[in-house]
Amino acid sequence: MATKLALKELIKQPTRLTPGHRLCAGCGASIIVRQVLMAIDDPVVITNATGCLEVATTIYPYTAWNVPWMHNAFENAASTISGIEAAYRALVRKGKIPDRNVKFIAFGGDGGTYDIGLQALSGAAERGHQFLYICYDNGAYMNTGIQRSSATPMGAHTTTSPAGKKIPGKQQFRKDLTAIMAAHGIPYVAQAAPSHWRDLMKKVRKAVNCGGPAFINVLSSCNRGWRHPTDDTIEITQLAVDTCYWPLYEVENGEWRLTYKPKEKKPVEEWLKRQGRFRHLFRPENRHIIDELQAEVDRRWERLLHLCGEA
Amino acid sequence: MSKFEALTGNDAVATAMRQINPDVVAAYPITPQTSTVQKFSEFVADGLVDTEFVTVESEHSAMSACVGASAAGARVMTATSANGLALMWEIVYIAASNRLPIVMSLVNRALSAPINIHCDHSDVMGMRDSGWIILFSENAQEAYDNIIQAVRIAEHPDVLLPVAVCQDGFITSHGMERVEIYEDEDVRAFIGEYRPQWSILDVDHPKTYGPLDFYDYYYEHKRQQVEAMKNAHRVIQEVAEEFNRKFNRNYGLFEAYRLDDAEVAVVVVNSTAGTAKVVVDQLRAEGLKVGLLKPRVFRPFPAKELVDALRHLKAVAVMDRSISFGSMGNAGPLFLELAAAMALHGVHIPMADYVFGLGGRDILPSEIESVYRDMLRAAETGQVERMVTYLSVRE
Amino acid sequence: MAELKGWRDIPIGGMILEAGNAVEYPTGTWRAFRPVFGEAKCIHCFTCWLYCPDSSILVDPENEKMLGFDLEHCKGCGICASVCPVNAKVRREAGEELARDDPRLCIRMVEEGKFQE
Repeated sequence: MATKLALKELIKQPTRLTPGHRLCAGCGASIIVRQVLMAIDDPVVITNATGCLEVATTIYPYTAWNVPWMHNAFENAASTISGIEAAYRALVRKGKIPDRNVKFIAFGGDGGTYDIGLQALSGAAERGHQFLYICYDNGAYMNTGIQRSSATPMGAHTTTSPAGKKIPGKQQFRKDLTAIMAAHGIPYVAQAAPSHWRDLMKKVRKAVNCGGPAFINVLSSCNRGWRHPTDDTIEITQLAVDTCYWPLYEVENGEWRLTYKPKEKKPVEEWLKRQGRFRHLFRPENRHIIDELQAEVDRRWERLLHLCGEA
Repeated sequence: MSKFEALTGNDAVATAMRQINPDVVAAYPITPQTSTVQKFSEFVADGLVDTEFVTVESEHSAMSACVGASAAGARVMTATSANGLALMWEIVYIAASNRLPIVMSLVNRALSAPINIHCDHSDVMGMRDSGWIILFSENAQEAYDNIIQAVRIAEHPDVLLPVAVCQDGFITSHGMERVEIYEDEDVRAFIGEYRPQWSILDVDHPKTYGPLDFYDYYYEHKRQQVEAMKNAHRVIQEVAEEFNRKFNRNYGLFEAYRLDDAEVAVVVVNSTAGTAKVVVDQLRAEGLKVGLLKPRVFRPFPAKELVDALRHLKAVAVMDRSISFGSMGNAGPLFLELAAAMALHGVHIPMADYVFGLGGRDILPSEIESVYRDMLRAAETGQVERMVTYLSVRE
Repeated sequence: MAELKGWRDIPIGGMILEAGNAVEYPTGTWRAFRPVFGEAKCIHCFTCWLYCPDSSILVDPENEKMLGFDLEHCKGCGICASVCPVNAKVRREAGEELARDDPRLCIRMVEEGKFQE
């Protein structure tokens, strides 16, 4: 019997990510990792792309991981887990190790997933390895000091898309990676947020039991890059969901389904104004960027509603 | 009973892989390696092996998957060439640093640019500081034998380093030769069962692989790799001795051909050593005291043994199938390292480097003969005419 | 800090054999603000435990009680206070802006320098 998704039950689970890691105060990544691992009762083996989560949790000779964990490089969390999973299948088949129903999880940030690791992820997904890839998407290369990635929202100030006198932050809309992964036709793809923990954990459970590759894109606040107080992490994530900047949905065997519909769709401005990375957009001359961003959020939301049969 | 088969170098390696029956193979097609994994795919498809063959989307992922699988305690193999190896580069270092006993068949091919699919050694020479053990093979038989020995060398508890087994692209990889194939059971008995000390699949004893390692410990981990390489020097010879006994062969750190009473010699690796032997025989028939030294083990570099084998000579030519651009004299890597070894061991005899065969340019017996004749002159005069010669390049 | 070991005395390949030994590494020294219990009673809902990025909410799983804060590791981000439903209720009922260290809260964030036992 799987552990009930109730906090009174979950506190009885052993801690899989210990304190003493060196992620920044208020980091969204470790909250996500804890929720993901709490949702899985079976043994897990993890690979981790280079990034904040990787460096901050395993500064030699210390590790915050109470589960088998491997970091290989930046772009290859998916190919590395595919090798481990292949080894597991081979060794179980040859009777060298028992089948313990091990779940294989890869964690990567948006840089390691949307950008440099996309090819490895796509390949591993196409090959059909049984693994769950979790992208914790904080919308920039935070580990190297907040550089823009293809997940960075339009208009955001990063250190390589600075809000300058002439160019007001990032010029492009973000890549829709969740849809790209859905287009792979793998059994399970979802988008989640730690503010909606039960939704996230249910998705993780579906993902690790789907019998094939699964991908979950999880919005992860980075207070250093987003420029908000450290205690706003969850609230700001909730706002991203309620403005439909980050809709919660799943694609199960090709069926698109909205898993959360905000009672009232808030203007994206409410999410933007809480974050220093968008501050320059509130100058009158940049107002049009907010409008463009809103239009794009609306367009993607309508498309999603349509795909989910809600339109 | 062993049997003789007509096989290409790639088929010989694929046959060794069938006999080894690795747990995981992750590889990506690239000329001239491709026929190895094609052949191996047939073995998988026909159920002759129960390997998980991970048909990755790039060489970078090939080596990445190998690293993951090897950390899982699997016996892991791959094959590549040139640009494929270059794409793996980052993970080539990681495989060695994580101390993962992966075996690679490296079918030597020229690196781009311009793109070229034919043989030279610019691919492997780039990995010489990566922490891999590197073995060279003159022909298909040696490629086959080296692959089998590589498994034992890599997995030895005192070593735990990946091994690359080189053979010349097309010349050896696609040339049909007579190869003695041993009994499957004999090969399996020789390599034995792999019992890894650690596995990331040991969920009851979770371990962390590949942490962030700062200035306080990174250096110590590098020092451990040095020790593993030192141990490999011993283990390679022990494994060879056992192999020689079992399969009636004669492997060591290098092969000396008519070298004992020679006055001048050529040092060259892989297939060209075979051609050079013919030249040695021809010149010997003329009464000229010429010999050949064919290094088998390039990493760890057996400096002392090589120097001892060469110290009695009056002149030595090294033939390099790659250039270390911008190095001393724009020479080749084998020459540079051997010249340094000779000098540091106090052996001062005339030495010259002959770069040849880049991008698959043929090397003819007459050209090798000219090298020997240069050395015979140097033996007389006590000096070489040029430190570095680029053989058969058009002016 | 642990004593630095020589190369012969550490596992090869950078492996760390002691799972979860980061607990030995104190991160509580980073803290500028400290979570402290206020007057409002904890309802042991474990929302703070769920959202703590540093697994620094101490709980008694058997009796299903929230016990307090692991100050060895708590970095003082204040997420526990911001997600606390009791805090939200206190704020709603107060009808005024409450400071982060208002004593009426359940979890309050007090500046380390001003903290008195």
